[in-house]
Amino acid sequence: MKILIMGAGRVGTSVAENLVSEQNDITVIDPDPAQLRYLQERYDLRGLQGDGTQVSVLEAAGAADTDLFIACSASDSANMVGCKIARQLFNVPRRIARIRMPEFADHPELMGEEGFCIDALISPERSVTTYLHSLIEFPEALQVVEFADGRVSVITARVGHGSPMAHRPIDELREVWPDVSARVIDVLRGGRPLHAGSGTVVAPGDEVVLVVDTRHARRAVRQLREAERSVRRVMIAGGGNIGLRLARQLAEENYSVRIIERDEKRCLYLAAELPGNVLVLHGNGTDEALLERENIGDMDTYLALTSDDEDNIMSSLLAKRLGARRVIALINRQAYGELMQGSHIDIAVSPSQATMSELLRHVRRGDVVAVHRLRQGVAEALEAVAHGDRSTSHVVGRTVGELHLPKGASIGALVRGDEIVLPDADTVVEADDHVIVFVPSRQQMPRVEKLFQVSASFF
Amino acid sequence: MKRLLATFNVLGLTMVVFALTMLIPLGVAFVGEDAGLPAFANGFLLAVGIGAAVWAGTRHARSELHARDGFLLVVIVWAGLPLLAALPLLLYYHGAGMPLSFTHAYFEAMSGLTSTGATVLTGLDHLPPSINLWRATMVWIGGMGILVLAVAILPLLGVGGHQVVRAETPGPMKDERLTPRIAGTAKALYAVYVGMSLVCLLAYRAVGLPWFEAWAHMATTMGLGGFSTRDEGFLYFDSVPVELVAMVFMLLSGINFATHFNALRQRNARAYLACPQTLPYLAVVLGGGLVVSAYLYAKGVYADPLAALRYGMFNTISVATTTGYANVDYATWPLFAPLTMLLLSAFATSAGSTGGGIKMVRVILLVKQARAELVTMLHPHAITPVRIGGRVVDPRVLSSVLAFMLVYGLSVGVLTSLLLLSGMDPLIAFSAVMAMINNTGPGLGPIGPMGHFAVLSDFQIWVCTFAMLIGRLELLTVLVLFTPYFWRK
Repeated sequence: MKILIMGAGRVGTSVAENLVSEQNDITVIDPDPAQLRYLQERYDLRGLQGDGTQVSVLEAAGAADTDLFIACSASDSANMVGCKIARQLFNVPRRIARIRMPEFADHPELMGEEGFCIDALISPERSVTTYLHSLIEFPEALQVVEFADGRVSVITARVGHGSPMAHRPIDELREVWPDVSARVIDVLRGGRPLHAGSGTVVAPGDEVVLVVDTRHARRAVRQLREAERSVRRVMIAGGGNIGLRLARQLAEENYSVRIIERDEKRCLYLAAELPGNVLVLHGNGTDEALLERENIGDMDTYLALTSDDEDNIMSSLLAKRLGARRVIALINRQAYGELMQGSHIDIAVSPSQATMSELLRHVRRGDVVAVHRLRQGVAEALEAVAHGDRSTSHVVGRTVGELHLPKGASIGALVRGDEIVLPDADTVVEADDHVIVFVPSRQQMPRVEKLFQVSASFF
Repeated sequence: MKRLLATFNVLGLTMVVFALTMLIPLGVAFVGEDAGLPAFANGFLLAVGIGAAVWAGTRHARSELHARDGFLLVVIVWAGLPLLAALPLLLYYHGAGMPLSFTHAYFEAMSGLTSTGATVLTGLDHLPPSINLWRATMVWIGGMGILVLAVAILPLLGVGGHQVVRAETPGPMKDERLTPRIAGTAKALYAVYVGMSLVCLLAYRAVGLPWFEAWAHMATTMGLGGFSTRDEGFLYFDSVPVELVAMVFMLLSGINFATHFNALRQRNARAYLACPQTLPYLAVVLGGGLVVSAYLYAKGVYADPLAALRYGMFNTISVATTTGYANVDYATWPLFAPLTMLLLSAFATSAGSTGGGIKMVRVILLVKQARAELVTMLHPHAITPVRIGGRVVDPRVLSSVLAFMLVYGLSVGVLTSLLLLSGMDPLIAFSAVMAMINNTGPGLGPIGPMGHFAVLSDFQIWVCTFAMLIGRLELLTVLVLFTPYFWRK
């Protein structure tokens, strides 16, 4: 596929990194030659210096035979204009734009053929905020990702000492949860997958990966930890776009929110924008005197959401030391994220990963509709739709045991209409089932994608 | 050590790819039943065997190449492949009962692969066609680049391929890509190269060369190498149409192949005008040809102005594009003419062409930089960025050009001194170094267009071999390996 990416900033770079492969011809447009040199030296792609809203630049980048245009520069308006030009002058079949301002997303008529010709909007700030919000809602969870329009959740949670699950093998799960549709996919011990079988005994401190009907998610997770106090008090360090959105949402849901921001002018803006019950503090998240004075020890959740990875790591470690119950840090760089695995930071959230999951859903063609990385890449979970019938598909009409899955891969759940099926080896896959597949590594994903492809005679 | 082994792994694979090109002369030897058959059959098996052994032996060390591994790989490949390329020559001469020394065989192979075209062999007319074809094939592959070929047909190099192509392709600015993926760019370059070679082959046929000679001369014209199948070179044909075909395709091969690609893709000759190198290159080569012709006529070397034009133009184009064909022994002309031609060969060809030397784009950058300096002397507050093709050039590129020029001058000086030390005549020594480092081929005097390099001592041959290698890889790529920084962990 020929892909044209406009903007080589943080989002554009991670988009390029994730899409670069043998199958994709990628060209990146950016005005900054240094950023392009960085990308070109590391990945097999072409950089083109220039402004992606200029017709001549798009022409030189080969827009005329591009299959997918992704506009992710820092400016919403430039992204919209880029998509418009790509559609009207170069007839690019699919166009995705990164849009920050929430107002645009509320007016889909702006995005149609009459408007800016944008097929899909991605908003990293919105994805990250939604994700952080789900983590606050599930205080016991380390990661929550949703499939099949939110009907199925894959949740990673740490087993507590008082949990009924502790010291019991996985197959006794049914007795613990009589009326919950949930299944344990794997158990992580010390950040490494155990490739757990049904007899594996779960120990306190293990991370359990569950696939669960979203309606039962809360009950299932409760079982893993001694009933946690529900979250009431939240402190946020960093009043950027994400911090502001999250604080507003939480305040509207009657959480008690404090937000720390370094820049005084920004503080004034935050105080004007946010509801009155939010306390805006001018200061630094790494200032322990400030944290102590603001009763950090009583906080249920502390989130470090500045744009600086190092600051986020330091301030959340500090908050944990000073007694915050749970700390969450926004960490952009993948290397740092992996480094913090198993440290005192409870959850490291990677904004680019949240964006990528959203983007890949639009980029992937055909049958794989969603992909999520679990816990910094120990496994990948993907949702694929089974199309065709027994003669054209490698999946439909076959039992789960018959499928030629790559080694180590497993089927977590089938979503059939409103029903959620937790399959065993004899469950038959039907047409239009959404299948949630777990694969241990990214290299095996193409094989799963191929498995779900319908052979040519289907059309 | 691990890194070195990973580099050798790619080397092994490149060796196998390169050995496959021996199938061309092997096929010709088989069909024509000529005397080169056993040499090529054994040479091919040996080369494939060595390549496969190197590859298999280092398989466990396989890993992604880093930037600095690119330099190492390129130098190892360019120093190592002539060993394989020399095998058929050694085997043939050994079988024929007149053994060729290793020094001479390696020189001949290096001269072919670097598309220099200097030869130590005599009696070319009586060699089996397969041997002559192998010499021409080496020039053709070496001209565009053996690693560019490997990247085009082997998907293994990935990001490392980018580093390797950067290190092998001549020119100071290499971030320009024809297609998003490096393998696509390499394929595009080879597609243009193959296409133009076919046209060239048919043109040689149309002016009356037999298939075999048309093929061999096509390969050495497109690669700007200059090996001939005849001791006398183009004097043997003595035909104006053949010389015209050669001139046209030598001129075309001296243009950046990316420019050819753009012109073909856009179906429009405007790409040549947009290329900053093409016009200056043509002006310098053709202008030089006219000056030499006029000088020859004025000096009375040729009484007929048309004859002066024919010999002046053909030989100047041949030498200035670093090819090295000759249709007359120009070494006997008054010194101004051959010296002018050799100096032109130092800088005329474009970066991205199959020619050698400093490359036109560096000269343009230096001239513009000098002009900017002059303007700032008069207007101290003036901001004078150097622009080429409408784009501002990064100062880092300019300083790398200056460094290149310095190293080029130093290399010419040191290599000439080494030849002087061995007792060579100063003028001939200088001409030899210029002919080698620019990958031109013939020098002056005994190593002139009608002479050969077998008259040199072994020491002198090795100096010349080294000059060809560093000239082809544009000096810095090779010299970086001699710095302690490169080997520091």
